[in-house]
Amino acid sequence: MIAQQLINALTLGSVYALFALGFTLVFGVLEVINLAHGAVFMAGAYAALLLVTKANLNIWVALPLAMLASGALGLLIDQIVLKPLRGRRAHHLMPMIATIGAATLITNAAQGIFGAETSRFPLGTIPEESFQIGTIRITELQIAIVIISFLLMLLLMVILKKTRLGKAVRAVAENPQTSYLLGINVEGVFRLVSFTAAALGGGAGVLIGLSFNAIFPFMGQPLMPKGIAVIILGGMGDVRGAMVGGLFLGVAEVMSVAYLSSDYRDAVAFGLLFLILLVRPSGLFGRVLERKA
Amino acid sequence: MATNKHLLEIVGLAVNYGHIRAVHQLDLTIQQGEIVALIGANGAGKSTTLLAVSGLLKPSAGTILFEGKDVGRLRPQEIVQHGLIQVPEGRAILTTLTVLENLELGAYSRKNRREAAQDLEVVLDRFPILRERGDLPAGNLSGGEQQMLAIGRALMGRPRLLLLDEPSMGLAPLVVQGIFEILQEINKTGTSILLVEQNARQALRVANRGYVLETGKIVLSDTASNLLENQKVIDAYLGGGKDCCSVD
Repeated sequence: MIAQQLINALTLGSVYALFALGFTLVFGVLEVINLAHGAVFMAGAYAALLLVTKANLNIWVALPLAMLASGALGLLIDQIVLKPLRGRRAHHLMPMIATIGAATLITNAAQGIFGAETSRFPLGTIPEESFQIGTIRITELQIAIVIISFLLMLLLMVILKKTRLGKAVRAVAENPQTSYLLGINVEGVFRLVSFTAAALGGGAGVLIGLSFNAIFPFMGQPLMPKGIAVIILGGMGDVRGAMVGGLFLGVAEVMSVAYLSSDYRDAVAFGLLFLILLVRPSGLFGRVLERKA
Repeated sequence: MATNKHLLEIVGLAVNYGHIRAVHQLDLTIQQGEIVALIGANGAGKSTTLLAVSGLLKPSAGTILFEGKDVGRLRPQEIVQHGLIQVPEGRAILTTLTVLENLELGAYSRKNRREAAQDLEVVLDRFPILRERGDLPAGNLSGGEQQMLAIGRALMGRPRLLLLDEPSMGLAPLVVQGIFEILQEINKTGTSILLVEQNARQALRVANRGYVLETGKIVLSDTASNLLENQKVIDAYLGGGKDCCSVD
């Protein structure tokens, strides 16, 4: 029983981690809490749905294309909403508020286009094979979700750690002014990070859409507090932290549903987060929060 | 257009910092191979001038010519590619990156990676301590080591003109002396230097010429040795142990 629950938790947690990764990346590099990340997540799910239903594509072809579309949406949000505020050296709450506006606009647009009701992938889109190992049942979809999430996270970590571009991203995350003086195209890094983060968020949307087979305009909303909690837990702006935090939240939710009651799911998950933060206020991987003038 | 032989020629530069005009009508030239000191009290506009030269602040008037080309409206990364490289105030080491990563990023704008790898060896030979600490987070270095890293990182960009903002800040006198010796050695290899300093005596000792900046205006410029003997400069900036920087 517990092994079965762990499989379910790993699946859910890896999608949370993927979602939180984009969220933490934008915070770490642009220093913006992007509250439109949930709307991009939703848009990714709809993009995949359209590609499957209108273009008759296989879901695993639709997934990368939906990620590109989400990335483009993220880039658009950066250029239209965030960039003008960067130019004005606005107070750091202003970009956050502006992303609420962007989120509302995108969500309402989705409601206008697709209606408020839940859409579903047509039959045969989602792989339904499953494997029985002892008493544990693992579906093909669960395996795919875990593998895709972990591959994407690993890829991102390797790029950040090893490549020239990744080092430039880390430099901008620590100090944009110094990055300019090193000859780094800082605006280019902002655009790249906005795109990548949104692509990861949209990818998470597709995977959640598949695993519950439910896509609706407000599906991103419950993800936002979870995303915020995960990146605070992991340490703001820390990539490893978002991964571990996402997995942790998945486990906490699944276990509280399995052994307590689904009514207490969020209460238990957020209660645990609260307790951890009491002990480690800067998060699991966070450095002591310091801000240079 | 430009018929002079100045490496850097700043004419009539004015820069606003926020709503304050921090620099007015600044004229300054640097010849190839020179060390030029820009001295002045805290808030005189020294850092503002350097930030404008590096493209981080937009001049509201005036021109900045580098090797005859107008670089005053270029973006910061384009200015770096021209070989105008700044070691910013407070060193601005990337503390979460390793020492080697900091140095590698110094060569970020260069196309020829093989040459950059050769230059890395040259820099590590010049600063053996950086080789020793290569894989440590740069935040673990001492203040003097961080200044060496900041200078080494700037050298990785093959500067034609090195801009230094207060390299002596926060360092022990002996360490400061070492840093200034290094700057002189770098200068001997053909790199020109613009040195911004509150530590006027040290700066003028290594410089060929100097400019004195007061509330955003150049009030004096001369050879460094003349400035060291100028009574106004002695009173205001070389107060020998007294409060060095109080200007009336």
